[in-house]
Amino acid sequence: MNPQDKMSLSDSLMLVIRRDWLLAMRRRADVLTTLVFFVMVVSLFPLSMEPDPNVLRKIAPGVVWVAALLASMLSLGRLFSADHADGTLEQMMLAPQPLALLVFGKIVAHWMLSGLPLVLLAPVLGLQFGVPTEGLWVLVAGLLLGTPMLSAIGAIGAALTLGLRGGGVLVSLLVLPLCIPVLIFGAGAVDAVLAAKSAAPNLALLGAALVVSLAAAPWVAAQALRISME
Amino acid sequence: MAINWFKYSAPSTFYGLAGKIAPWCAGISAVLFAAGLYIGLVVAPTDATQGESYRIFFIHVPTAILSMFLYLVMAGYAAIGLIFNTRLSAMMATALAPTGALFTFIALWTGALWGKPTWGTWWVWDARLTSELILLFLYIGFMALHSSIDDPRRADRAAALLAIVGSVNVPIIYYSVRWWNSLHQGPTFEVGRVAVYDDTMRQAFLLMLFACWLYAAAVVLWRVRSIILERERSTQWVAELKEIRA
Repeated sequence: MNPQDKMSLSDSLMLVIRRDWLLAMRRRADVLTTLVFFVMVVSLFPLSMEPDPNVLRKIAPGVVWVAALLASMLSLGRLFSADHADGTLEQMMLAPQPLALLVFGKIVAHWMLSGLPLVLLAPVLGLQFGVPTEGLWVLVAGLLLGTPMLSAIGAIGAALTLGLRGGGVLVSLLVLPLCIPVLIFGAGAVDAVLAAKSAAPNLALLGAALVVSLAAAPWVAAQALRISME
Repeated sequence: MAINWFKYSAPSTFYGLAGKIAPWCAGISAVLFAAGLYIGLVVAPTDATQGESYRIFFIHVPTAILSMFLYLVMAGYAAIGLIFNTRLSAMMATALAPTGALFTFIALWTGALWGKPTWGTWWVWDARLTSELILLFLYIGFMALHSSIDDPRRADRAAALLAIVGSVNVPIIYYSVRWWNSLHQGPTFEVGRVAVYDDTMRQAFLLMLFACWLYAAAVVLWRVRSIILERERSTQWVAELKEIRA
């Protein structure tokens, strides 16, 4: 690389993350809406049935995971659409940095804004459902490994549906089936602990899937963006 | 004699070829269906444990096999279309999706019909049923994405990428569902595993499998002909077709 060109790859990655973070902080309501949606969906379950503590404890991992899945779908529309509308995305595609790297930055920022808050909030919701402490730890660990994957896979869907009518519903239709393994392993880890078994296999599978999806998804999403922007 | 296979990668030449092949596929498929159904429903012996109800196996299993096979074929065509930028491959992928979804639906439907007499319930969250249901979602996603993009070129390429991502994900989904199923220690039924010890059963199954396969080929070729006509409607060669001029 040209020595005068001080922008290294990690610099540009940080720049994208900081930019998206800053933009979101100027519009905090968007981030909070997702979070409130997450809490609301989880709270609807006990209301829709007899709040028997044993049943609640049993369904808690699944409910929290499904709510996290839906909440992350909700915010996917914002991932590229604003940048698409004001032309920033076009500039990113023209930039000398690889588009996959910039997409990776956007995925990280999206996770920090929509995934991480869910992870931090999940133990509280778990307590509401009477999940014991060791289950809560595994729930948090699973969500920490799983939510970045939701952002990564979601980025592919968001890129494919960029600028389409009815894009919001469509993106859920495309992405949710692909996220089923995340849901199974994530909720399965907590289930295993509650059944006094080891959560390690499920968490290991989640970790493996995370590595694969973080390696592949930015590249695929970049390809999808090129298709959508032609 | 050397055959130039690339000749048929052009929609204009493939249109005619598909028109010649499709009726043959349909005709042979009809014969095989008749033979397979006769052997399967009349000749094959009654199963020792499941009685007559096992006979739905002869429809259920071939459609289930084809539903998965067609997804791979579809993803294969989509990949070829995306990599080599061939128009026809993308059209084939689009033509395959509805037939694949139909087979998936039939497999689910017959699975439910089979489940009722054997397990006493229409639906079980069995690994195979669940992954078949997810496969249906993947087909629907492919078709929904394709139909919501107006520009056919972008639609082809976007749907192709989705099909490829889906096909990478299919084994992961399948194993995750299987492990999920064994973790929860659900009621373990030995289903879909009719002991095929009898020769007539095997014959009926193979006949039905090939009948379904040829049916899929015929329908897909006819559908791709319509797609070709629709996409190429403004070209000279379409205007010169005798069915268009008539």
